[in-house]
Amino acid sequence: MSLRGAASIIGIGELKPERRKPGRTGPGLAQEAARLCIEDSGLLKEQVDGLITEIPFLNTCEFAETLGIQPTWAHGVNMMGSSGPTSVAIAAMAVNAGLANNVLCLVTSGEVGGFGGGGGGAIGGQFPQFAGPFGPGPGANFWYALVANRYKHEFGLTDEERVAIAVQQRENAQANPDAAFYGTPATTDDVLNSRMVANPLTLLECVMPTLGAAALMVSRPEAVESSPHDPVFILGVGHSMDRGVPGITYVDRMTKSPVELSARAAYKMAGVGPQDMDMASLYDCYTITVIIEFEDAGFAPKGEGGTYFANEDVTYKSDGIAVNTHGGQLSFGQPGTAGGMSHATEAVRQLMGRGEARQKETVDYCFVNG
Amino acid sequence: MTEEGPKRPVPQANALTEPFWEATKEERLTVQRCTACDRLFWYPREFCPLPHCFSSDYEWVDVSGKGRLHTFTIIAQAADPWFQERVPYIFGVIQLDEGLRMMGNVDIPVEEAACDIPVEVYFEKIDDDWTLPQWRPIAS
Repeated sequence: MSLRGAASIIGIGELKPERRKPGRTGPGLAQEAARLCIEDSGLLKEQVDGLITEIPFLNTCEFAETLGIQPTWAHGVNMMGSSGPTSVAIAAMAVNAGLANNVLCLVTSGEVGGFGGGGGGAIGGQFPQFAGPFGPGPGANFWYALVANRYKHEFGLTDEERVAIAVQQRENAQANPDAAFYGTPATTDDVLNSRMVANPLTLLECVMPTLGAAALMVSRPEAVESSPHDPVFILGVGHSMDRGVPGITYVDRMTKSPVELSARAAYKMAGVGPQDMDMASLYDCYTITVIIEFEDAGFAPKGEGGTYFANEDVTYKSDGIAVNTHGGQLSFGQPGTAGGMSHATEAVRQLMGRGEARQKETVDYCFVNG
Repeated sequence: MTEEGPKRPVPQANALTEPFWEATKEERLTVQRCTACDRLFWYPREFCPLPHCFSSDYEWVDVSGKGRLHTFTIIAQAADPWFQERVPYIFGVIQLDEGLRMMGNVDIPVEEAACDIPVEVYFEKIDDDWTLPQWRPIAS
């Protein structure tokens, strides 16, 4: 069974991530991203017959009602940072099965007015007992700090090398007016000298929570003929989950991610490999995350992702592979799970040739993960 | 610590994990052993998570309390007010000799923290209700 070419992506709707959205409500942000996406797709809202969402404060059927649409197929998704790309994969399945023609995939941050704790929550009751009493700190900072120190130990990566990806992504963000850190460049020293959060990770190696929402329209492949944009096809998808994943602590090998298996599955379905990719849109809650995923997706040998970023250009200007051309969540901002979706929206933007100041010269194939 | 200061966070135990926390009061470190497949697992669950097993029969058994500091972080930004007064401190993942991993604090100067140093458990009594398993270095 394959989804190769079974669905196309014909429109994007995404809000600028911001710390405050004065006068706005959570449902309003979700509706705005939906309207942007439907208009960008050249559709009327009545033509949206499929809906898949992760909106922390609204279930999928309630959200359909707020839009005034009556999809004949709808679904919720609940996969933390990977919800965005996962929603696109599920939408492709629905289109392939003939269950829907135009599936709106939409994920958002939490309700306007505050930021949640993040970090995966209670995880079946084990976290408050076996991590909480030892002072892990906010969110997922400590987990990725644990990974980063283990990675240093196994591969000898220096702090300067680890932060290189943050600097390159910040450079990308300087060409993206929608990025939260547009107009705020940062050097290696700026990252290294920013406030320590959880050794070895400094503030600029950790995502900044923002408000926002992001959406993509997944449609039948024939839809590209009526779409106002260059065609974008989904060629392959893959999922993988590590054993012992609650909280990273218990995974077999901390310096390896499930991307190794999900990437392999996606490449196999697509019939292409890492050597064919022009761009990698990699989930980046922290610097170390990008390094490990880059390796596990086949772009560098294990242990050499950080040195690759320290020595090679991976910005939108690169002749080789570019990484997180929108700035990544580290520089674009993390509007909850819409941050994960930003990796997919940026890939679509680049494939459509709509990257504007940050358009990479040649973009035929993109790798996206959440 | 005065009565007015921030309260130290204590574990939020449940019926499943009560035996573990009772054992810590007796300065014993225990984990579940699946009696169907005769393997140890951690963290606590009602069903054996190991491959080719799905049993709900288990017992709590003592483990050595010896292992290595698999990895660590030095927390500079704490969330909890009690811990905010104590930064920086080490939050570690300990790999027990039995192969299981646990989280805890490590009682060494932060600059001496390093992956794979040998550690052993000790027990820190917080009050009559709670005793935490904690970790300190030992000679290799």
